[in-house]
Amino acid sequence: MNFSDILTMRHELMLTLLALVILIIDLNLHNRNKHLIISITLGLFFIHTLVGFLPAENSTLFGGMYRTNPLLVMMKNILNVGVLIVLLQSVTWLKKEENREKISEYFILLFSTLIGMYFMISSGDFLMFYLGLELATIPIAALAAYTHHQTKSAEAGIKLLLISALSSGILLFGLSLIYGSTGSIYFDTITQLYKNTPMQVLAFIFFFTGMGFKISLVPFHLWTADVYEGAPINVTSYLSVISKGAAAFILIIVMFTVFNTIAPVYNNILYLISVLTMTIGNLFALRQKNMKRFLAFSSIAQAGFILLGIIGGNIMGMTSVIYFVLVYIFSNLGAFGVVSAISTVTGKDSMDDYDGLYATNPKLSLLMMLALFSLAGIPPVAGFFGKFFLFASAASAGYYWLVFIAVLNATISLYYYLLVVKAMFINKSEEPLAYFKSDLATRTGLVLSGLGIFILGFWSQIYELINSLSFGIIH
Amino acid sequence: MSILNLFIIIPILTVGAILLTRDLKHSRLVSAIGMGVQMILSFVLVYLYLTERAAGNTATMLFTYDALWFPTLNIHYALGVDGISVAMIALTGIVVFAGIFASWKMTHLPREFFISLIILASGVFGFFISIDLFTMFLFYELAVIPMYLLIGIWGSGPKEYSAMKLTLMLMAGSALLLVGLLGIYFFSSPDPHALTFNLMEISKVRIPIHMQRFLFPFTFVGFGILGALFPFHTWSPDGHASAPTAVSMLHAGVLMKLGGYGAFRVAIFLMPEAAHEQAWIFLILTAISVVYGAFSAIVQTDLKYINAYSSVSHCGLVLFAVLMMNQTAMNGAIVQMISHGLMTALFFALIGMIYGRTHTRLINEMGGLMKVIPFLGVVYVIAGLASLGLPGFSGFVAEMIIFIGAFQHVDVFHRVITIVAASSIVITAVYILRVVGILLMGPIKNDHFLHLDDAKWYERISTISLVLAITAIGLAPYWLTNMIDYSLAPIVEKLAAIQLTSLF
Repeated sequence: MNFSDILTMRHELMLTLLALVILIIDLNLHNRNKHLIISITLGLFFIHTLVGFLPAENSTLFGGMYRTNPLLVMMKNILNVGVLIVLLQSVTWLKKEENREKISEYFILLFSTLIGMYFMISSGDFLMFYLGLELATIPIAALAAYTHHQTKSAEAGIKLLLISALSSGILLFGLSLIYGSTGSIYFDTITQLYKNTPMQVLAFIFFFTGMGFKISLVPFHLWTADVYEGAPINVTSYLSVISKGAAAFILIIVMFTVFNTIAPVYNNILYLISVLTMTIGNLFALRQKNMKRFLAFSSIAQAGFILLGIIGGNIMGMTSVIYFVLVYIFSNLGAFGVVSAISTVTGKDSMDDYDGLYATNPKLSLLMMLALFSLAGIPPVAGFFGKFFLFASAASAGYYWLVFIAVLNATISLYYYLLVVKAMFINKSEEPLAYFKSDLATRTGLVLSGLGIFILGFWSQIYELINSLSFGIIH
Repeated sequence: MSILNLFIIIPILTVGAILLTRDLKHSRLVSAIGMGVQMILSFVLVYLYLTERAAGNTATMLFTYDALWFPTLNIHYALGVDGISVAMIALTGIVVFAGIFASWKMTHLPREFFISLIILASGVFGFFISIDLFTMFLFYELAVIPMYLLIGIWGSGPKEYSAMKLTLMLMAGSALLLVGLLGIYFFSSPDPHALTFNLMEISKVRIPIHMQRFLFPFTFVGFGILGALFPFHTWSPDGHASAPTAVSMLHAGVLMKLGGYGAFRVAIFLMPEAAHEQAWIFLILTAISVVYGAFSAIVQTDLKYINAYSSVSHCGLVLFAVLMMNQTAMNGAIVQMISHGLMTALFFALIGMIYGRTHTRLINEMGGLMKVIPFLGVVYVIAGLASLGLPGFSGFVAEMIIFIGAFQHVDVFHRVITIVAASSIVITAVYILRVVGILLMGPIKNDHFLHLDDAKWYERISTISLVLAITAIGLAPYWLTNMIDYSLAPIVEKLAAIQLTSLF
């Protein structure tokens, strides 16, 4: 392994190093000074994020198991920025007395899953893909059970673990069928041999079902709300934003590079699943009163929109999915940031507690409103552009009715997003949440996501950049 | 840099300036200055437009500005105006300016109120100046969403219900519209690498007829919902009744016109064949709007509901005239948009002012107001007479042209439907005169009303500017009609060409 190979794998290597460094520092710190880990990690991770933006080239390692190119590096960078915001939002919560003992665990577990996601994104065969997948899911179960003295959190951890095991099993069964029918686990070979024979279609269905659990598509979504509600809020935001975003990246890569030959088959499946996911996610979100559950169901509905880009099956679809995930990360982290700030300080996370929030905490309310509008796809914030391009890519493949159903769903989603806006701006409350000032880290995180929500839409260069990078990936 | 950019820049600057203010006094002053400049700018635009035309400039769109935004999708930030949009911009300028003065005493969260109002206004301005379907759609949605906050926070009555109903129905409309626009985009050129959102470019292409048949209803109904097309008008009465004064003015006066404007600028202009085929369905619906709206207005007892239903009726007439698809009727449609915009804004302003004094909007509880507040009373009568189409006011001109144009069709269907729609003139007279009679004449029913003050200076500015505009159009309509006629020519030519090819 020479230096250029190290540079190729810089994301994975640096983050592994980072995790080890944290572990060593943690060993040598006195119990009183544990909180120092937070600032050290934030600083190191910030450097890691910056280094990630160094120019990248196409290359493969380990005989094709690992590959990278500018687009994949960009995906990793998008995840990095998101994780940075999540970390900033967790600072206040981590500083609490009860978490002092296990600060480093939080970071190490979180980074392990991130490394897993990197490997999945960069995988060139199904073995690496599967290794990355496991690495990305199992530590999350531990994270979900982070506050294990609370029953709900422990329950969330167990649920996540069981569902991960189940879905991995299904997925693995699909992979074995793929291997059995093509004799290879390498993406490049498989795509040449893949036809729509019954066994291969079945293999695809198993594979897609496994992925469906990870992205929480309907009907594989039932674990989502409980886990999201039980897990600590920052883990929830990591799970529903970063983890889901990464899964969407990987799904689109695999769909476009491995299974592209059976697109006519999978488009029908995607059509149905997408309609179901959007509609059912929305209908369940309508009645939620707990903000965490509310955001959980809204993120299920958002996953349905992502499928619209995949169904397009062209370069426009690929670009729009990546762009949408980017926008989604910023918007959803904005919303989660506000919920997290409020629940960390006041311990409240019911929608009724948000009544009259604008009178006491105007800035938080405004950011929340922008984030929700962005999730709903209202101009001039970025979500509008993200949705528009997704719809355009589905329309370019002629799926006008699907677009219509999707836009109607966007309207339904607007209803429940407006409910929160209504609570904050319109409803009167006897005792609104008192004014509080968040600390620097939380504010930085919120400002970052707010900037992203505002700028990403107007700044067309980002879309163009993704588009130009996507160009070599699919044909 | 085109002058049109200023219509976006000034509202942004105004919003920025309002953010710096602290209280009602300053924020209303800043908004009044900002929107005053905007109104003067819109008059300057009319003047510049007329001089350009007088100098012999025959381009369809003037003052164009074009910046490439998303190169891969060929999305532009493209601006341009013709006579029709210039007229609509002038209307918007006046109504917004009057709206600011109508909310002079907005004590609850004034900064937020004016900011939302100006965002709404900038969405409307942006819609009228864009000639790129993407930017058009963006501004359209930008105009709709502040309504939720404006009605929800500052409204009255069942405001939360009304705000939600209005927002969701209009967003469902934009859902339909989005499908239509995307369809138009993907058939805007036979070459898949030369697709465009530019209105003028697309108008040169003939969209395949089977796609037109599919896309026209989406686009037309999408805009029609905003234009209060029956049976999708139900958001309008509730929304208008619950909204604060300035918002009702802006909404009925300007925002509903986005529907009518889009219906002919996008739906009919780009898909003329399908428009010809399907016009009869929508003609029936709009005729129902016209008559049903007028009848509903008769039985209402709340002033705002009366005016809201009268808006349904009048806006129905706009869509009705647009669907007649000849030069005269479409010209009438645009005059009607402007006339109704001014008139209904005046009505809502007056209702707000009367409500602010009497604290009731129910006509049965009021009476003899002419004796105590003569200025407002007289203006109310003027607005009423304009609304029922008395010669000398803008309403007469508009309805005249529309029905003459509609009667130019020689077939039985069009004539019958025209007669049905024309019956609304009589019904309108019934509800207008009934309200004027109960509200302004007769004995004073409540002693408390004896001590009411007449209009303050800011209320006079608000109402007089609108009355002046209404009478100006009523007395000298040729200015307006000439300007519109010139710009309608390319649209009508396109429609006429289609008719010929489909006949032979």
